[in-house]
Amino acid sequence: MKTNLTWRAVVIAVTILLCVFGIIGIPKSGAELKENFSKNIRLGLDLKGGTHLVMQVQVQDAVKADAEQTGERLKEDLKKQNIGYGSMDVNEVGRVEDADKIALTIKGINPSQTSAFRAVVSERYPNYILTAQNSTDYTMQLKPTDLLELKSDTVKRAIDTIGNRIDELGLAEKSVQPYGQSSSTYQILIQLPGVDDPARAKELIGTAAVLEITEVKDGPYASRDEGIAKHGGILPLGTKLIRMKPRGTSDGEQWYLVGKTAVVSGREMRNARPGQDEFRKWETSFNLSQDGGKRFGRFTEANIGNRLAVVLDNQIVSVATIQARIEDSGRITGLGTEDEAVDLSRYLRSGSLPASVTPNEERSVGPSLGADSIHQGIIAGIAGLLAVVVAMLIYYKRSGVNAVLALILNTVVLLAAVSYFHAVLTLPGIAGIILTIGMAVDSNVLIFERIREELRTGKSVIAAVDAGFGKAWWTIVDTHVTTVVSCAFLFLFGEGPVRGFAVTLVIGLLANVFTAVFVSKTIFDYELSGRRQLTELSI
Amino acid sequence: MELFKSTNFDFLGRKWPFIIASLVLTVAGFGSILMQGGVKFGIDFKGGALMSVKFAEKPDLQKIRAAMNAKIKGENTVQEFTGANTPNQVEIGTEMKDEKQLNLNRKAMEDVLATTFGQPGNGKLDFNNTSQQGLLERLREPLARNGVPMSEPQLQALVHNLLEFRDTPPRSGLVTDFAQLSSVSGINTGIMNTLKQECYLSPYHILQTQMVGPKVGAELRNKAVYATLYALAGMLVYIAFRFEWIYGLGAVIAVFHDTLITIGLFSIFREEISMTVIAALLTLVGYSMNDTIVIFDRIRENLKIMRREPLESLMNKSINQTLSRTIMTSGLTFLTVIALFLFGGPVLHGFSFALVCGIIVGTYSSVFIACPIVLFWHNYADTRRKVAPVMAAAPRADVARKSPSRAAK
Repeated sequence: MKTNLTWRAVVIAVTILLCVFGIIGIPKSGAELKENFSKNIRLGLDLKGGTHLVMQVQVQDAVKADAEQTGERLKEDLKKQNIGYGSMDVNEVGRVEDADKIALTIKGINPSQTSAFRAVVSERYPNYILTAQNSTDYTMQLKPTDLLELKSDTVKRAIDTIGNRIDELGLAEKSVQPYGQSSSTYQILIQLPGVDDPARAKELIGTAAVLEITEVKDGPYASRDEGIAKHGGILPLGTKLIRMKPRGTSDGEQWYLVGKTAVVSGREMRNARPGQDEFRKWETSFNLSQDGGKRFGRFTEANIGNRLAVVLDNQIVSVATIQARIEDSGRITGLGTEDEAVDLSRYLRSGSLPASVTPNEERSVGPSLGADSIHQGIIAGIAGLLAVVVAMLIYYKRSGVNAVLALILNTVVLLAAVSYFHAVLTLPGIAGIILTIGMAVDSNVLIFERIREELRTGKSVIAAVDAGFGKAWWTIVDTHVTTVVSCAFLFLFGEGPVRGFAVTLVIGLLANVFTAVFVSKTIFDYELSGRRQLTELSI
Repeated sequence: MELFKSTNFDFLGRKWPFIIASLVLTVAGFGSILMQGGVKFGIDFKGGALMSVKFAEKPDLQKIRAAMNAKIKGENTVQEFTGANTPNQVEIGTEMKDEKQLNLNRKAMEDVLATTFGQPGNGKLDFNNTSQQGLLERLREPLARNGVPMSEPQLQALVHNLLEFRDTPPRSGLVTDFAQLSSVSGINTGIMNTLKQECYLSPYHILQTQMVGPKVGAELRNKAVYATLYALAGMLVYIAFRFEWIYGLGAVIAVFHDTLITIGLFSIFREEISMTVIAALLTLVGYSMNDTIVIFDRIRENLKIMRREPLESLMNKSINQTLSRTIMTSGLTFLTVIALFLFGGPVLHGFSFALVCGIIVGTYSSVFIACPIVLFWHNYADTRRKVAPVMAAAPRADVARKSPSRAAK
């Protein structure tokens, strides 16, 4: 009995310590305590203020672009094989849901060349399905698996791009993630805590084609003024001075004189990835569209030995020397580190959104409202808790202390869970906490009422406490399991706020079983241990 | 202290007045919903734009309304938000038929406010409605010109301090006089003069803007409704498994009844159903279910002990035995919720209103809806059994009645 009690006390003490550590860490001063608390218990946008955007990725754009590109390549293939065709085009669709209906239609293939045509398509475009409409007309559509991959890849790339652009704003906290229950809605959720100017954020997110590859005319200079001075105070026609994006803090400024019109723009960038060359030096390889590739080929052929700059958002991210003619795929070699290669490929990819994005939802909560809400919420919460505590102490006297301790501990465990799981506390989450507190109070009340009943039947104090806990246990299990079952469904089928509610509630209920039953019983046992003859209990 | 020691009220004998009251409330709620042409959804669920604006003085609603109607076609709402500690707060809303209007509407609403109350003509920046970035860009060069050069970090700190001062209570976003800003750390005469030169103080502050496209709205609504229905079904199955199917049905009907009445009350009091209200409805579902299960649990326990007791009086005894806990729990929870309703502010208003209604309805529905349903079913099953053709050895009536309820452990 005694060792059992010690063992339980240790479990409780360890839990309390872990929870308190999770919430406030090990603070050295009052200010640090406050700081740790606000760092660990993160508040949602509805409480803190900020901007919440849901954007629709128009994935049909990417599907259409792929079909068009395939069409361009097919035209060349057919020319090489001397297969004649009448027309080739891609249909227009307006809605995301209709992305599956996009098809490349080829008309007027001579029936005598059918087998040659089929051979070209099946050999060169294995990810497309060819369907004959009649003896001369055909449609080509992406295979369902490839279509699905393209669509989800489009969303991923859009998320990358938007994330990079928001980074440019210099926001410390941001979250850009896929939104929606299944991956079939192709939406992106963007959360910008502390930003109450959504127009600016949206402008940045929605801007297309900010990536350019331009010719470097001269440079680098240490400052803008030096660059202007070098050219006698006036810049040559069709050029501009732009700055190199600072890499480290130690680098000085670097300015280059570049051509105003881009050789290739971000719209023509198809893909880019980091890699290593034969000497294990880091490089970034990239692919351009057909059109862009042709133009790039002509330009690089004429400018071997000259330099090119990769310009993102009017800042140079990389300068490279042209070593050979580059068509639709090229490499930027001689990069210093893996990070540099990864960054550059990210910049190249992020230059253009793979599909346009349109807003579906937009909420911005000003910081003043957030501050007011927290302020009032805290006052209300404290007032409510105080009322409960006072009522419990009056009604259940000494045993009420047990309940109050259990209640406080429950809140501590709940907050610690929020901190450890990196969850965000939102208004619906607070709703979950309120229900948790309600059910925690209820568990205590259930147990105490049961103990009173048992005492009334003339049982000894220890027997009554044991019976009270034992009988209330199954009721508590039933109420808690029912709620957990409902939370499971809410989490599975619900969206955003509903899920937040379900998660906090489940955590709170688990904490409650621990505090109201295990901890409370331990305190009772401790008080009653060694006092077998006790005939009265303050309850 | 004990308030309810060994009570013996005949709850189920007095069930009819309560059942009738429930029906009246439900019908009244439905009537109100019908009269208003459906449930009044917030923009979360129907799509639309909503702007909460705080004014320094009581604004002329008529003026805003006229300006809004001139600028934006369709149904516009302008209403004063009446909260305990939120004077002069106005909510301006527009409907939105198409996602494409999202940007247009926001701009139009901001314009209406600026032209009606601000000073858009003078080329200055509205200090009460600017963002950090906006103020930073506005002040950078004039400060340098006015002989108060600052490094970028200094400037950022200054702007941050200024806006933080503006946003903390009691100002809460509304500075009415530049002199108030003199207590901000880092400010001096030069900065103050530049501020006065570049900015003006409009008599309003936009607290929040919410814009939801109709597609997202419908999606959110459907998901919330389905999630709740699935959750109810899940609870029904669990209770049916632990007790008897009729107990599960009784509990779910009672909870459904609570939700219906609360939605009806929302309609009667012209409150909007928003996402936070859904969270509150979920809370009350959990709460009411909890309450019902506690009573059912007692009934199950008593069924094992009092084998000869008729079901109705057994239920009465169970309700009386748990009465003390019902009153305590409901009372205590009610205290918390009432505190939230009184002090929680406008953001929590709809939320706490739903809980206030829900706790009252949820508590009595366990006693007067869930229990009678179980009772009705058992009585019905009994009479059927009695009427059924008597076989050679007819079972004794009371045994027959008890057998189904014994099925649970």
